[in-house]
Amino acid sequence: MNRTLRFQIFRHHPLDPQSQPRLETYRLEESPGMTLFIALNLIRAEQAPDLNFDFVCRAGVCGSCAMLINGRPGLACRTLTASLPETITLLPLPNFELIADLSVNTGKWMRALSERLETWVHLNEEPDIDRLEAPMDADLAEQIYELDRCIECGCCLAACGTAQMRKDFVGAVGIHKIARFRADPRDCRDDAAYYEVIGDEDGVFGCMSLLGCQDFCPKNLSLQTQIAFIRRKLARQGWKKT
Amino acid sequence: MKLLYTDVLIIGGGLAGLRTAIGVKRRGLDPLILSLVPPKRSHSVAAQGGMQASLGNCAKSEGDNEDIHFADTVRGSDWGCDQLVARMFTHMAPKAVRELAAWGVPWSRVRAGVHEAVIHGERVRIQALEGAQGLITARDFGGTKKWRTCYTADGTGHAMLYTLGDRAVAESIPVHDRREALALIHEGERCQGAIVRNLMTGELSAYLARATVIATGGYGHLYAVSTNAIINEGLGQAIALETGVAQLGNLEAVQFHPTAIVPAGILVTEGCRGDGGVLRDVDGYRFMPDYEPEKAELASRDVVSRRMVEHMRKGKGVKGRFGEHLWLDITVLGRAHIEKHLREVKEICQYFLGIDPAVDYIPVRPTQHYSMGGIRTDYRGESPTLRGLFACGEAACWDLHGFNRLGGNSVAETVVSGMLVSEYVADFCTSPEGDIQLSSALAREFLQREQAKLSRLLAATGEENPVALRQQMEHIMMERVGLFRNGAELQTAVDELRILLQRAENLGLRSRQPAANPELVLAYRLPKMLKIALGVALGALARTESRGAHFREDYPERNDRDWLKRTLYRWPESGEPQLDYEPLDVKQMELPPGFRGYGTKNIVEHPDTKARQAEVAQAQQRAPDRFALQEQLMPFRHLLPERYRKPNERLHEPLP
Repeated sequence: MNRTLRFQIFRHHPLDPQSQPRLETYRLEESPGMTLFIALNLIRAEQAPDLNFDFVCRAGVCGSCAMLINGRPGLACRTLTASLPETITLLPLPNFELIADLSVNTGKWMRALSERLETWVHLNEEPDIDRLEAPMDADLAEQIYELDRCIECGCCLAACGTAQMRKDFVGAVGIHKIARFRADPRDCRDDAAYYEVIGDEDGVFGCMSLLGCQDFCPKNLSLQTQIAFIRRKLARQGWKKT
Repeated sequence: MKLLYTDVLIIGGGLAGLRTAIGVKRRGLDPLILSLVPPKRSHSVAAQGGMQASLGNCAKSEGDNEDIHFADTVRGSDWGCDQLVARMFTHMAPKAVRELAAWGVPWSRVRAGVHEAVIHGERVRIQALEGAQGLITARDFGGTKKWRTCYTADGTGHAMLYTLGDRAVAESIPVHDRREALALIHEGERCQGAIVRNLMTGELSAYLARATVIATGGYGHLYAVSTNAIINEGLGQAIALETGVAQLGNLEAVQFHPTAIVPAGILVTEGCRGDGGVLRDVDGYRFMPDYEPEKAELASRDVVSRRMVEHMRKGKGVKGRFGEHLWLDITVLGRAHIEKHLREVKEICQYFLGIDPAVDYIPVRPTQHYSMGGIRTDYRGESPTLRGLFACGEAACWDLHGFNRLGGNSVAETVVSGMLVSEYVADFCTSPEGDIQLSSALAREFLQREQAKLSRLLAATGEENPVALRQQMEHIMMERVGLFRNGAELQTAVDELRILLQRAENLGLRSRQPAANPELVLAYRLPKMLKIALGVALGALARTESRGAHFREDYPERNDRDWLKRTLYRWPESGEPQLDYEPLDVKQMELPPGFRGYGTKNIVEHPDTKARQAEVAQAQQRAPDRFALQEQLMPFRHLLPERYRKPNERLHEPLP
């Protein structure tokens, strides 16, 4: 017999002066292969037409649907209800601006991060695209791709102790991005340039190594290794500076 | 009323929209991107397998060039495409890949020496080309003569989208995300921007622009199950249609991808088969070579999808809890290959099916995947009937794909069309034609009209539930406007969709919240979606032939004599929707209509085909080289922006 799931979902509409943050309860019969994407859409269709949440790809690649699932950050679209107990509590991701209910503005935060850390390949010159491309070692290309796989979902920030204390902390996502561009020989920046953007306590020296980011990254990125690596490189850079 | 001005308003923040914005900005104009979601969450991110470009760097792509890519694309389209556009596209694709390579995409590269690959289920050893080490490599995809699909593992769309998304930040291009264009502002036949709703606050604003570019992707989610992101609901096409002036082309051309997982409908890439994976039936038997001995699993997508359904209809499907399916077997590729080159596939299998594709077969069936149809444009990306309105990428029908798109040609199209259309848009804006009389009165008129519609909906107490109506639409499209079509079913679909459209005027909403309110959003989108769905069904009903992905059981032949033409769908402001047709000129074709080579030949020939074939054959004998021949048959270079006219260098074709 199918279980009856009991969802406790955070509801709040910050733009509505009458709205009070609260948990509301919805009951739903579980079906085989049910994901939180399916469950939330059913709740919206049948019980709460104004319930806000964000899904786009519903395949675990776009990073839209991160939320706190029974207290742990994760991608709702690929979470099977079968992996959860009968009572499922869903809260919006902390550390981001709340839009309404389970919807938070990760996009705005990530754009600001990108502007602040200049997360793009800094070119020496524009390429001549009529000519053969510059060669790159096949292993290096794979290493860069490995570092390029972050989907900016925000789970690392939600799981981060430092981010709770420092509102401007760049998080694992930021430090990992620096690792990505630092590994890429097409980017002409040097460690002095990277030190400028994350060489302080809101950057790589703010990390307390609690490892929450590593535990909850849906792409299993080696966040701690990269943070340790960048911290060592930039500590050396800081030492040189003084 | 909040009123904003920008030179170029770009609706859609995926690959096509981003590349257009970058191109426009580099021409000294101010672009602004509107997007339903943060740009890096766009559907482009889901493209897994790769991007076609005839670089010719890897052993199995030796000798590749624009001509071969062009011929594959035209054949793939079942001769439905615009060959000038296909020429411009295949010329540009290598430039696009190389530009992205410089900007940061970590394309997979050629390794020196001998390496193993799987072809037709067999392990073979391949020797890399001399001098190719470190250049961009390619994998095999369906319907192509060469290995031509450039890739980064199976996260190609992700890598491309992040590179372009970050590039747009680098070039200080403003993005207004979580905004939706509700209507285009136009005065007669001149588009002047859009009325925009902020999805977070509910506020409406008018964005005025000299040129407006729609790059909002396809209309897959008119169907109950689609591989598309859930935001691909045909809204860009709908606002163009609702002007009453712009036309939509070939809406009935809808592609079904052979391998989406069951039941979630999530895509697993064609790269699975390109890398050597095979399809199996209920008995574990590999059936595709029986139907298509030469290309087997790597026939064109439309062909493979139909063969799969044909095979299931013979009772060879696997009966599961969620209906019938077949198996995709990539176990033959080995764990190492899967974990390096097909890792997204592995994650999808793990999370959504609970299986390990290195050991288990993957349950798949054909599923709606791509919209070849869209906003009709000329080769410059501009609507021929509504000036100042441009479209590119999947949202457009400019028309690269005709009636069937090759795998790997869509992400290539997004960036190539962005590169080209941005130049034409900039030319337009800097010409006298690009001037507009900024009229706040006009903007107010449109804004008040949209505001009135929303207010009516927020007070609506009708009997119809928008969720239920949407489900009925999705069901009609699945059951009656799918992979196999016939007149009776299509007529029923048209009738039922018309009834739904009427019922959608009598909605009742339960929530009165003007700001972030998904029920309101669905309510105002529903008539838009229904109008596009009706266009698909009407076009399919009228087209009494089978071409590419459009297959009519009652008209199985491809009929060039009567149907070598593009469907144009328009909905005049007061009145009924109309279908018109635009003929394709056989006399101008570089590659005259022929047989694609799948199944048995079943074509009603066009009266001009023979004469054109003879002309082409004669030219082939006289021409000194491939460039001269091409130039003689169908000159296209003069249409390109000047900066993109030079030939492409290859290992076997060095530039001076």
